[in-house]
Amino acid sequence: MLKQIISGIQNIGHRAIESVWRLGVASRFFILVLLKSGTSLRRFNLVIRELYFTGVLSLIIIVVSGLFVGMVLGLQGYETLQKYGSESAVGTLVALSLVRELGPVVAALLFASRAGSAITAEIGLMKATEQLAAMGMMAVDPIARVVAPRFWAGVISMPFLAAMFSVMGVFGGYLVTVLFIGVDEGSYWSQMQSAVDFRFDILNGFIKSCFFGVAVTAIAVFEGYDAPPTAEGVSGATTRTVVTSSLVILGLDFILTAFMFRGVS
Amino acid sequence: MASETLIEVNDLNFSYPTRAILNGINMSMRRGQVIAVMGGSGSGKTTLLRLISGAIQPTSGYVKFAGEVVHELDRDALFKLRRKMGMLFQFGALFTDLSVFDNVAFQMREHTNLPESMIRDLVLMKLHAVGLRGGHQLMPNELSGGMARRVALARSIALDPMLIMYDEPFTGLDPISLSVIGNLIRRLTDSLGMTSIVVTHDVHESLKIVDYVYFIADGVIAAEGTPQEVRESIAPFVHQFIHGEEDGPVPFHYPAQAYRKDLNLEDIVA
Amino acid sequence: MQRTTMDLWVGVFVITGIIALMILSLKVGNLNVYNPAQSYVITGNFENIGGLKIRAPVKSAGVVVGRVTNIQFSTETYDAVVTMSMDGQFEFPKDTFASILTSGLLGEQYIGLAAGGDEVKLKEGDKIMKTNSAMVLEELIGRFLFNKAAEDDSF
Repeated sequence: MLKQIISGIQNIGHRAIESVWRLGVASRFFILVLLKSGTSLRRFNLVIRELYFTGVLSLIIIVVSGLFVGMVLGLQGYETLQKYGSESAVGTLVALSLVRELGPVVAALLFASRAGSAITAEIGLMKATEQLAAMGMMAVDPIARVVAPRFWAGVISMPFLAAMFSVMGVFGGYLVTVLFIGVDEGSYWSQMQSAVDFRFDILNGFIKSCFFGVAVTAIAVFEGYDAPPTAEGVSGATTRTVVTSSLVILGLDFILTAFMFRGVS
Repeated sequence: MASETLIEVNDLNFSYPTRAILNGINMSMRRGQVIAVMGGSGSGKTTLLRLISGAIQPTSGYVKFAGEVVHELDRDALFKLRRKMGMLFQFGALFTDLSVFDNVAFQMREHTNLPESMIRDLVLMKLHAVGLRGGHQLMPNELSGGMARRVALARSIALDPMLIMYDEPFTGLDPISLSVIGNLIRRLTDSLGMTSIVVTHDVHESLKIVDYVYFIADGVIAAEGTPQEVRESIAPFVHQFIHGEEDGPVPFHYPAQAYRKDLNLEDIVA
Repeated sequence: MQRTTMDLWVGVFVITGIIALMILSLKVGNLNVYNPAQSYVITGNFENIGGLKIRAPVKSAGVVVGRVTNIQFSTETYDAVVTMSMDGQFEFPKDTFASILTSGLLGEQYIGLAAGGDEVKLKEGDKIMKTNSAMVLEELIGRFLFNKAAEDDSF
């Protein structure tokens, strides 16, 4: 019994050291990607190609989810607000929740599972099938040629996707509350506009989504590059990308929110 | 065949922290030769290729390629050196997101500023050499194993390297593809005047095409010689390897304690 | 290289993203109201700002004419210095009266401006001299009780 407890504690300690180790490797890799980004900027075609896979192909899921999230927010917000007779503030509720939190966060979560996992799987498979090694043998640095363009494409597309998500959400809320329920259209928009501030809400939401973009793609490319070159290795790395990114997004969101909205209403 | 030495391997050692892989390998390879490196699975053949290409650092000793010690080069110089090398990976390692044409054109686009029209001509020439000019629009997933390896071969000769290393080029091929690849290796080596190192355990195919054979076992060179010498060799290891005998210097059984003891039979008998 | 279709889609993606950002800024947010390029900054000292927050609106006759951009405590006068960024199209006389008001019973607090009659207008960096503090509930109740007690005494 005692032996089991001790070995359990040892196991925990071992895992902790292991994760710190991996974090160090990941950070070094991240710096390396940044240092080797010159190729991506010089040959922007490489990034455009990846923008298609990370950005354009994520459009559908982002647009549809944004619409539904906005509709649900409108419905729930209306139900709650009408109890206090302030259903005209539903526009404010929908817009503020989307622009400040749900837009960046949910879009980033969807992005992690749609594009992040794809990036990890692709890079992991390229490694498993020795494509990265072959590239190295051809005197082409795989970090500069394969990893960096994917990283930058993800970083660029994330804020756009978050913005589209928010816009679709506001539109979804409009559909439900104004068109179906019958909240006054003028108060939906005007209350929203007077409450949502460009600098504090929209700009901060934008900054958040930029942070999330960097975090998700950095995790995705690292997990792919670091994946054991086997089928289980790649599938495990893909799962880790989604799990780690989701946790990092939520944790980062808390930190950023604390920084941005501290002291202001 | 008395041309200059392209690769010199001198007392090369490589070991992982727990396990020694290579213990003092000496080799010398000349221009225009096809050299086979044979040995059982896990004998360190692929490690040798990685050492020659500078992907890993030797524990001691050195590899000299075209007069330069590979592991002493910095990253830029190493990448420059690698442009003179080609490598054919076990299953081709074609870039799956690029077409056959773009795969072969990859290095030309990365390393040269040739106009697209010239790249097109060069790529078609390389593909013609491996007999796949007609398939330049295919994607890698539409190719058979043998075709993929031929495309990979065309890709590795794209910039006319001085050396091509083949990592198990015959694995998993049907007999026809096998001899196609074998003959291509020989023909390209002769016509392009390069050196080929074939790491393989396919004895019969490789003995037909190579000029010289090294046998690696337990991290040392167990035997070497021309195919003729090897065939006639009476050294027990070579004999076992060439004739594919089950037991011999390379034992059938992984080292284990006594069989009876593993089955707990000892007490019963005693 | 079938680049054209992919490039087209990426172009569409980028344009959609920019449009979304613009909708957020113009339609959802109030970028058009808050235009820092044509604004002027004034300050006012308040004895007590109550629950006033940065970014609270500055209103005159119920119309938003500016926003609170900074609140600091002055160790010289021991009161609060509130910085307001005013919309450039609205000018106010020098003797404008600023008071901290509450929208609704428990709503957010804002600064209300009541224009005076001076010919000279407030300009960049000026200070509003006449201010009225926020009403603090405890003080109100205290004053009410005090008055009540005074009334009782007179009987």
